[in-house]
Amino acid sequence: MEGMVDDPAIICDGVQKQFVLRHTRSLKEALVWIVKGRKGDLSRKFDALQDVSFTVNRGETVALLGLNGSGKSTLLKLISGVLQPDTGSLLTKGRIAGLIEVGAGFHHDLSGRDNVYLNGAILGMPERKIDQMFDSIVDFAEIGEFIDTEVKFYSSGMYLRLAFSIAVHTDPEIFLVDEILAVGDEPFQRKCLAKIKELAAAGKTLLVVSHDLDLVSTVCERGILLEHGKLITDGPVEDVVSELRRRSRADD
Amino acid sequence: MLRDRFLLKLLVRKEIRVRYRGSVLGLMWSYLKPLLQFAVYFVALGIFLNLRGSTPNYAIYLFSGIVLINFFTEALGNATRSIVENRDLIRKIYLPRELFPVAAVWVSAVHFFPQLVVLMGACLVVGWVPSAPQIAALVIAFLLVAVLATGLGLLFGAANVYFRDSENIVDMILMIVTWASPVLYVWSMVEDVLGRWFFLYQLNPMTVAVELFHWAFWYPTLTDVELAAAPLPPDLLTLWTPIALALTVLIMFLGQITFRRLSANFAQEL
Repeated sequence: MEGMVDDPAIICDGVQKQFVLRHTRSLKEALVWIVKGRKGDLSRKFDALQDVSFTVNRGETVALLGLNGSGKSTLLKLISGVLQPDTGSLLTKGRIAGLIEVGAGFHHDLSGRDNVYLNGAILGMPERKIDQMFDSIVDFAEIGEFIDTEVKFYSSGMYLRLAFSIAVHTDPEIFLVDEILAVGDEPFQRKCLAKIKELAAAGKTLLVVSHDLDLVSTVCERGILLEHGKLITDGPVEDVVSELRRRSRADD
Repeated sequence: MLRDRFLLKLLVRKEIRVRYRGSVLGLMWSYLKPLLQFAVYFVALGIFLNLRGSTPNYAIYLFSGIVLINFFTEALGNATRSIVENRDLIRKIYLPRELFPVAAVWVSAVHFFPQLVVLMGACLVVGWVPSAPQIAALVIAFLLVAVLATGLGLLFGAANVYFRDSENIVDMILMIVTWASPVLYVWSMVEDVLGRWFFLYQLNPMTVAVELFHWAFWYPTLTDVELAAAPLPPDLLTLWTPIALALTVLIMFLGQITFRRLSANFAQEL
């Protein structure tokens, strides 16, 4: 972390995110509520993130840790721009590619080839680049002749491999990884891991969410622990992992 | 911007492929449906109610209005549903969300062009020789409808995320629109009834667009005697076309502002 202090890739400053659990989807109920003088609450609210601040420098590999519901995925979605913070600010520098639920951009009725183009474009690749990268994407995914088959006929492994392959080929500067390594068979997992380490070595910024603490420790240098939407600790990944283990044992 | 164009192209292609997957006739359906619709109206209104007796070349008159209205209804209907239908993508990946309603309008345009070709073919058979201003009117009418559908599509598409009632409101608008512009009947019938309130009818951009289409396709097929008996609505070109253009641009602008404001929370509301 030394030497890159002045080159932030992600600045998260006092970010709050509140979710509204709305029960109604109809105009009628909303109108009745307004007519009745807005009494009661149409919705329930909860704080997904409260006053979270941190800075990630370019080239850092950071693990976002925490139990389910701690706000990790919300934070990733804020960074990727899918969600907007209620207050506070979130600045990112450089192109972001997310492996947040891989294959979200896939359409089941299109062939693998069409999906490579569609998903590549969704992730921000220009046409020329996809043309160039196409063979490499298919090779890495080990899809071979099935590339012209509709993806609904793919096995879940093939599906995931193709999605992962597209995402790594978009050549992002910031790479968000959410729980991807939990799926896929052993050899492909190793391959993904190697690729992720390669990206880290190439100076890409990495943000990883995973419940596999051992794995996270090998990939990331730094850890950020979230609990109920609050940032608890931020430091070297070993320390943060042991802190998380201590806390989850204390809960039991 | 260049990136968006590429993505837009792919989204439009995806929609078209997905729509006709597993169908034998494929894109042929976009010819068959309007032809059937045309046949139904022609038999019911043209023959049974004998509108073809009072309106020369009623078939051309009817079809030129129908293709334009179809373009509008399909574009607006699809644009309204586009955000909710693409919720999986919107919830997970950041991309310019305006692309979905805009792509929906493009898809409708792709379906519209074959119909336009059929219409032109039919017009040529009955001696269609349009003038340059009439060709310009054709283009303006198309733009009017495309911009109007995009603007309203952005507005209702965004509203639909919060209240699914929006779809039903749009369905009602679409039901009315065929009758609220001179597609099946001629405009003078409305003037007779509305009198000095006729301007309200002319304020409807769809009325203007349909009349521009009639001017481009139907008028050139009429004889001089028939033309004398079927004047254009008053001030169509000089006054109402500019007003319709201004109105649609305004609606587009409002639609975009609303969409921008609401789209920040799409991911969590869907």
